[in-house]
Amino acid sequence: MTAMKTRSLSTDLLAFAGALAISLAPYWRWLMFCLVLLIAIPLPFLVKNFFIFQLTLALVYAIAILGLNLLTGFNGQFSLGHSAFYAIGAYTAAILMDQYDVAYYWTLPIAGIVCFVAGFLFGLPALRLEGLYLALATFALAIAMPQILKLSPIEHWTGGVQGIVIIKPNAPFGLPLNPDQWLYFFTLAVTLVLFLCAYNLVGSRTGRAMKAIRDNSIAATAMGVNLSLYKSLTFGVSALYTGIAGALGGIVVQFVAPDSFTFGLSVALFVGLVVGGVGSIAGALFGAWFVLFVPNIAEQVSKGLAGAVYGIMLILLIYLMPSGFAGLFRLVLMRFAQAARR
Amino acid sequence: MNPMLLDAKNICAYYGATQVLHGLDLSIAEGGITTLLGANGAGKTTMLRSVCGMVRTTGEIRFRGRAIAGEATEDIVRLGIAHVPEGRGTFVRLTVQENLQLGAMTRNNKAEVAADIDRVFGYFPRLRERYRQQAGTLSGGEQQMLAIGRALMLRPTLMLLDEPSFGLAPLIVQEVFDILKRMNEREKVSLFLVEQNAALALDLADHAYLLETGRVVMAGPAREIREDENIRRAYLGY
Amino acid sequence: MELFLHQVLAGIATGGIYACMALAIVMIYQAIDHLNFAQGEMAMFSTFIAWQLIQWEVPYWAAFFLTLAISFAGGYLIERIILKPIQNAPILAHVALFIALFAIINSLAGFIWEYQIKTFPTPFGTHALLSGGLISAHDAGMIGVTVIMLIFLYLFFRYTRIGLAMRAAAANPESARLVGIRVGWMLALGWGMAASIGAVAGMLIAPVVFLEPNMMASILLYGFAGAVVGGLTSPGGAVVGGVLVGVIENLAGTFIPVVGHELKLSIALALIVFVLTVKPSGLFGRSVVHRV
Repeated sequence: MTAMKTRSLSTDLLAFAGALAISLAPYWRWLMFCLVLLIAIPLPFLVKNFFIFQLTLALVYAIAILGLNLLTGFNGQFSLGHSAFYAIGAYTAAILMDQYDVAYYWTLPIAGIVCFVAGFLFGLPALRLEGLYLALATFALAIAMPQILKLSPIEHWTGGVQGIVIIKPNAPFGLPLNPDQWLYFFTLAVTLVLFLCAYNLVGSRTGRAMKAIRDNSIAATAMGVNLSLYKSLTFGVSALYTGIAGALGGIVVQFVAPDSFTFGLSVALFVGLVVGGVGSIAGALFGAWFVLFVPNIAEQVSKGLAGAVYGIMLILLIYLMPSGFAGLFRLVLMRFAQAARR
Repeated sequence: MNPMLLDAKNICAYYGATQVLHGLDLSIAEGGITTLLGANGAGKTTMLRSVCGMVRTTGEIRFRGRAIAGEATEDIVRLGIAHVPEGRGTFVRLTVQENLQLGAMTRNNKAEVAADIDRVFGYFPRLRERYRQQAGTLSGGEQQMLAIGRALMLRPTLMLLDEPSFGLAPLIVQEVFDILKRMNEREKVSLFLVEQNAALALDLADHAYLLETGRVVMAGPAREIREDENIRRAYLGY
Repeated sequence: MELFLHQVLAGIATGGIYACMALAIVMIYQAIDHLNFAQGEMAMFSTFIAWQLIQWEVPYWAAFFLTLAISFAGGYLIERIILKPIQNAPILAHVALFIALFAIINSLAGFIWEYQIKTFPTPFGTHALLSGGLISAHDAGMIGVTVIMLIFLYLFFRYTRIGLAMRAAAANPESARLVGIRVGWMLALGWGMAASIGAVAGMLIAPVVFLEPNMMASILLYGFAGAVVGGLTSPGGAVVGGVLVGVIENLAGTFIPVVGHELKLSIALALIVFVLTVKPSGLFGRSVVHRV
C-alpha cells in the first residue's frame, strides 16, 4: 500500500502531458506553425509603428541567421563572413531600386541569385580550408566588405560612404495598412516561405548529404557524396538566404551604407546562431530576438556598462542552454517523453 | 583483510540516460591475469572505464581495500592502476620518447624513470629505433606496444587493457600477448584484460568473466571455461 | 629599390607588434586547442592596469612585473570560474562565450578608464635606430622582448615536465588523465600564461598605438593572421608570421594603387588566405598525420 502513495497529482499530470506530447509529435511542427501565425498576424494592429519596425527586423535577422545555420549548423563550415553576403544583398536591392527603378519585390529574388553566385564562388577556394582557417578566410571577407563598398571607382553605384536611401513601399491594391504594417506582413510571408523551404531542404537527400559531410566528411566521400559540389552549393544557398535577408533589411531600414555591415554584424549573426541552437531551423527566430532586443535591454540597464551587461546575459544563457533554445526545448520534450513512458 | 586486489560490487554504469551495466560483481586477485569476455556491446569497455572513473557509475569499487568509486581519473591512476584504453590513446602529435615520459609523469626519481625506459625497450626493441619519431606515424602494432610501454612507465600494480589485439595482424598479436605474459611474471603486475578474441585471452588468463548485455553470466578459472565445449559454443562461438 | 627596402623595414617594425600578439595567441591555442577571441581585450585590460599602477607612482619595471602576475592570476581565474562550467559544451558555445568575454572586458575598460587616448611609457626610449627613423629603439626593444619570450616558451614546452604535461593535456585530455595529469589545472595554467604574454604584448604595443579600450581590435586580427600564417603549432612560426604580415601589409599599402589605408588589412588577409590554400597548416606548422 505504501507503493501506491508515491503516485500523486503532479506525477499523473506530468505523465498525461508526456503522453499528449508523444501522440502529437508528428504534428507538433504544424502546431507550432499555426501557433506562430496566430500570434504573428494580429500583432501589427496592436502595437506602435516603431515596435512593428523592430518585429520586422527580427524576422529579417531570423532569415539571415537561418542562412548561417545552413552552412555552419547543418554543413559544419564555420563562417564569420556572413555580414558580407547580407551587405551584397542589401546593396543589390538598393541599387536596383534607386538606379533602375525596379519594384521592391523583384529585388529579393535577384539579390538571392547574386548572393548565391557570390557564395558559391567563395565556397570553391574555401574547400581546402577547415575549421579555424575557414574562419579566418571568412573573417577577411567580413572585414574587407565595408572597405570595398567605400572604394572610389564604384562610388557612382554604391553612393560611397554616404550610401543609398530607399523609399518605403506602400501597401498594394489600396489595402488599409500603413507602410510599416504592410512591410511586416510581406516580410512575414517571405520568412515563412523560406523557413518551409529550409525544412524541406534539410529533410531531403541533399540535406542528408549536407549533414553527412558535417559529421564525417571522409565517410561521406566514401559513400559517394560529391564533397566539393555539396560544400560549395551549401555555401551558395546559405549566402542566398542571408542575401535575401539583407535585401529585406535594407528596405525595412530604408538605408544602406558601408558601415552598417561591419564584422560586428557577423558576430551578431553568429551569436544568434548559438543562442537559437545550432542545427535548428526554428531556433533562428529565438536567436534573432536575442540579438535584436537584448542589446537594447542591456543599454537600458546601464548606459556605461551596456557591453558588460550584454556579455553577462550571453554567458548566463550559454550556461543554462549550451545547445541554445532549441536544445532546451528538445530536453524538455525528452523529459516529458520519459515521464510518459513510466 | 581483503585479499583481492580489486573488488567491484553491484556496479551500474550509465552513458547519459542509458544504463549499460546492470549490477556487476567482479574481483581480481593479486598477481594474476583476469580476462573479461563477451560480444560487442556487452559492456566490457564500460567496465574498465568504470574502474578508472571515466563514466558515471554507482556501486562499490575497492582497490587494495580503498574505495575509489566516484574519484577523479587522475587520482585513481596515481594509486597504481594503468589503463591502456580502447584505440590505444596515443599522443599522436608527440614523439615516442615524449609518450613514454608522460607515462612516468607522476614519478619523481629520474634515474628510476630512465631505467624503466630501458626496460620498456627490453620488451619492445622496435620502440628504441623509433624513439624520436612522431607517434602517429607508427604502425598499429607499434602503437599498441607504445601504449603498453607507457602504461608500464607508471610502475602499476594493476594494468587494464582494452582489446589489445584490435586491428593487429595475428603474428603481432601473438608477440604482444607473449610479452604480456612475461611482464606479468617479471614485473608482478596484475592484468585485467578485455578481449573479443576469446581463444587468445583464455590461453593467457588465469581467471575469466563472461559478460552479456551488462551482466556477468559466467565466471571461473580460465582453463575450465576453455575446456568446456558447451560454454564455448554457446557464448564464445567456437 | 630604396623605397622597397624602407617599406620592408617599416613593415618589420610594425610586424614586431603583430608577432608579439601572435605569440600570445599560439600560446593559448597550444594550451586549449582553440582560439580565444577575447585575447586582445585581456591584453588591453592588463595594459590599463599597468597604466594605473604607473599613475600611482609605481616605477615602470615594478608595475610591469606586477601586471604580469595580476594577468596570470586573472587568466587562471577566468578559466577556473567562467570556463569550467561549459567544458563539455560544443565548440561553438565556447566561441560565443569568448565573444561575451570580449564584450564584458571592453565595456568594463571603457567604463573604468574612459575612451580618451592615453600615452603609455616605453622603457626603451623613442630615439631612432636605423634608416632615418624607420626603426626606433622601442621597435627594436619590442622585437627583442618577443624573441626572448619565444625562447623561454620554447624551452619551457620542450624541456620541462610541466610543459610536456600541458601539451599532452591540450592534445588528448582523456589520455592525459590516464597518466595522472590534472587536466583542469593544466588548462588554467595555460590561460594564465597566455594572459601574461598578452599583457607583455599590450604593454609593448601601447606606446606606439596609444592606450584606449579599442586599441587591440585590429591588432588582434593581424595577430591571428600572423599566427595562422606561421602555423598554429609553432610559436617560432607565429613570430615570423607576425613580422611577415607587417611587411606584406606595408608593401601592399605602398605599391598597390587602389589600396588606401583601409584596405591594407583586407589585402594582407587575402594574401594569407592564399598562403593557406597552398599550405593549409601554415608555413612552419606540422601537418598532423591522421590514420583514418
